[in-house]
Amino acid sequence: MALKYLIEKEFKQMMRNKILPIIFLILPIAIINVIPRIATQEIKNLKFSVVDNDHSPLSQRLVLKITASMYFNLVGVFPSYEKALATIESCEADIIVEIEPDFEKNLVTTGTANVFIAGNAVNGMKGAMGTSYLVQIIADYAAQLRDEEGLNGTQTLVAGYNVAPRFLYNSTLDYKLYMIPALMAMLLVLLVAFLPALNIVGEKEKGTIEQINVTPVGRTEFILSKLIPYAAVGIFLLSFAMLLSKAIHGFVPAGSIGAIYVFAIAFCLVVASLGLIISNYSNTTQQAALTMFFFIMIFMLMSGLLTPVASMPQWAQTLTLINPMRYFMETMRTLYLKDAGLGELLPQLWRLCLMATVLWVWAIVSYRKKS
Amino acid sequence: MKDNYVIVAEGLTKRFGEFTATDHITFNVKEGEIFGFLGANGAGKTTAMRMLCGLSIPSEGRAQVAGYDVATESEQVKRNIGYMSQKFSLYNDLSISENLKLFGGIYGMGRKQIKEKTHTLLTELDLIKEKDTLVKLLPLGWKQKLAFSLAIFHEPKIVFLDEPTGGVDPITRRQFWELIYKAADNGITVFVTTHYMDEAEYCDRVSIMVDGQIKALDTPNALKAQFRANSLYDVFLSLARTATRSDS
Amino acid sequence: MKQFQIFVQKEFKHIARDTRTMMILVVMPVILMVLFGFALTTEVKNSRLAICDMAKDEITGKIHDRFAGNRYFTLTAECSSVEQVYEAFRKGEIDIALVIGSEFSQELGHTGAGSIQLLIDGSEPNQASTRAGYAQQILMGFAQEMAEKNGRSIPYNIVSTTRMLYNPQLKSEYNFVPGVMGMILLLICAMMTSIAIVKEKETGTMEVLLASPLPPFVIIMAKLVPYFAISCVNLTTILLLGHYLLGLPFAGSMPVFLGLSLLYILVSLALGLLISTLVSNQLAAMIISLLLIIPTIYFSGMAFPIESMPTVFQRVSTVIPARWYVSAVRKLMIQGVAVKYVIQETAILSIMALVLITLSLSTFKKRL
Repeated sequence: MALKYLIEKEFKQMMRNKILPIIFLILPIAIINVIPRIATQEIKNLKFSVVDNDHSPLSQRLVLKITASMYFNLVGVFPSYEKALATIESCEADIIVEIEPDFEKNLVTTGTANVFIAGNAVNGMKGAMGTSYLVQIIADYAAQLRDEEGLNGTQTLVAGYNVAPRFLYNSTLDYKLYMIPALMAMLLVLLVAFLPALNIVGEKEKGTIEQINVTPVGRTEFILSKLIPYAAVGIFLLSFAMLLSKAIHGFVPAGSIGAIYVFAIAFCLVVASLGLIISNYSNTTQQAALTMFFFIMIFMLMSGLLTPVASMPQWAQTLTLINPMRYFMETMRTLYLKDAGLGELLPQLWRLCLMATVLWVWAIVSYRKKS
Repeated sequence: MKDNYVIVAEGLTKRFGEFTATDHITFNVKEGEIFGFLGANGAGKTTAMRMLCGLSIPSEGRAQVAGYDVATESEQVKRNIGYMSQKFSLYNDLSISENLKLFGGIYGMGRKQIKEKTHTLLTELDLIKEKDTLVKLLPLGWKQKLAFSLAIFHEPKIVFLDEPTGGVDPITRRQFWELIYKAADNGITVFVTTHYMDEAEYCDRVSIMVDGQIKALDTPNALKAQFRANSLYDVFLSLARTATRSDS
Repeated sequence: MKQFQIFVQKEFKHIARDTRTMMILVVMPVILMVLFGFALTTEVKNSRLAICDMAKDEITGKIHDRFAGNRYFTLTAECSSVEQVYEAFRKGEIDIALVIGSEFSQELGHTGAGSIQLLIDGSEPNQASTRAGYAQQILMGFAQEMAEKNGRSIPYNIVSTTRMLYNPQLKSEYNFVPGVMGMILLLICAMMTSIAIVKEKETGTMEVLLASPLPPFVIIMAKLVPYFAISCVNLTTILLLGHYLLGLPFAGSMPVFLGLSLLYILVSLALGLLISTLVSNQLAAMIISLLLIIPTIYFSGMAFPIESMPTVFQRVSTVIPARWYVSAVRKLMIQGVAVKYVIQETAILSIMALVLITLSLSTFKKRL
């Protein structure tokens, strides 16, 4: 019975805080509106320098063709590779395209000519994607030349069959669609894990916990009174974020919305319990904040938010099995992009529920009413 | 008759590593009594009180509060006591009535009962106008009166007050003691620590702790006679001089 | 000076007594370096493939073997119907599927073009297009072989030779490590410092300190020193691990690199100080610091290239200190370019440091 009074108190305190209610409104807007636009690993606007050792009509057409592509912007044409390399060193350019001397002559007489591409690969993915786009453009150019010479299309010459790939679930390969559900998971973990972590330790620092500890209020009740409000905040944040995603990006889940909520509740219970456990074991806010930050950072990195789980080595993939964020990230992406429901995601669900139970019990046990 | 005792402590001890904060204290508190628990800073008063409230587990010895063992039945103990800590510990970001509602609710009072009780209590304290004021905005004296009222809001058998009047002016202290008397009149046993010797004079019986041990225990007048002193202050000084532990 | 030392000692004691916090501060960079070095990569690996071969003849058998034997793909499922393929996609069991219709070989014989469907889970666009590229290459290679068997060759062939500068193995840690440095230093300097100062405000001990005969400026400096020291320890850890564990090149000028790092630490400390003068409770300090760290992750270019962002946000990124620090670290640490190429970053960070220090000190004085 005391539970409802305790919950009421938590909500009042939350709403009376000067910045929390503002954060609840601003953070989802910032995360759903802004971050998908910047958090893109799409490779665009690559800057390239050219060393044209041939200066023939065919080599110039090649440069024009690259410049015309949506991926590349020309920095300049340089007389030597060294000069072009300087533009890479200063990061004015990302890629150098060097065309061999006698490019046109070789192409016409021997049928084969060479182009040398050097990409700045400090960002390995950018380097790889950028050069592969270039190789593609150059191949297209060669095919175009064959067409012009009436040598038929590549289609029948090279390919005996049609292999146009079809991209499922995200047919336009829009990076935003991949990031938005993941960002919702990030939003939840930031607030639903951090706030409980600071909560109990805050009461310890202020001394109010003493007044509670001297009452007969049960440990289970006390922990529930902290969990329920944060789970509710989590559900509010998720719903708000989903509405924002619809309003701003016109992006709605392809899968079951009910399943999203089932997972969100389980996930909120897991991370809020973890926050409370950390809070129970901490003596100062600073300590709790840093510990939680430490966990959240590892959770996020090992969840597939920035790099795919499937690309990790086996030991790291095994480690992700105990990362609740990995399951939630995976299910959010699946439920938003694919027409899936609880049925397809049962393994993830029972694991999250198991974690929620273990951590919940731990949160209760680690809360000490006496010393 | 042992039944008359609401607090029974036998050899109650608390150690923190090498340090023995409370060293084998034995005493009884009668029902309805105002029991003064005196001692210099660091003498072990707060530690002893925390054990009696079920906040701290005794390292040795045992104690019963309201008939329950503080170590094994601490939750039953808590049902029967009220506690006001040294440091103000109500929720600053809740209003007066919200604090009362919360703690009333925790002790299982109904909404209606809480409402009525809040009204009578705040009228008595002359705080009815401030009902919806956030606690952090109240002056210290009011806060302490409120903290006390809250400690006895659920009508406990015993109320523990840890230096309840620290830092307030003499007039407010006087008013505070009127509240204590009133509670005692209603049958609540009052267990109070203090280092104001004038306050100790208001108690039915006082104990004086030095270095974690109880060095004297009797009514104020008996103690004065025993130590051939004019005031409790002198009694206290003569005992405190023997202390080896110092605060700083 | 003597008094200053005493104050600094007090601050060190505060931090050293909290062993858990110390542990985390020292261990966090190590864990991050190991994760970024060995676990996290954007490379496309372990592409799980399903083949749904409804023709099952000689040619499709060869195609099947080509894929099964390729190291980019792991054949995880053989499906007998397209429905099964879709179910596997929904469950997230496969990334790519090859569907060959039952009339494939007849079509190939009659019209010269059979159709193979390549289905790819497009959820993650980069992975998807890379996988599509690999699969197409295999199919095209196979087709080319078949064409060559029939005695045809291809004119107008342009051979592109590619070279990856600075990072030929395309290791993602080359890109991540500078980002991690920008993030860790900011975390310690801004979040830890602001919480530490605000805590003294909350508990009222700040007033006691300010009542001492030392000028307030000195007291604040004393609070910053331990965090400065921890930042230096972390910087060293990252450098050593980066070099000996991850094999990062460190090709550029070390003194300039260290100087830049100190400058960045200074900027971050000033940010922490500024936060602490603006807010009154630890929760607020913590939230504002977090709101600083998120943009640092996204705007520093560590995971998301800045030039792919819309122009507006590219402009926004110019006010994020980490962006400039990370860019300079990349140039010095990985590319090993001449010092003249980091003049811009140094200048911008210096200006930021100057502005932030002035700002935080002036608000600090005003709030006294």
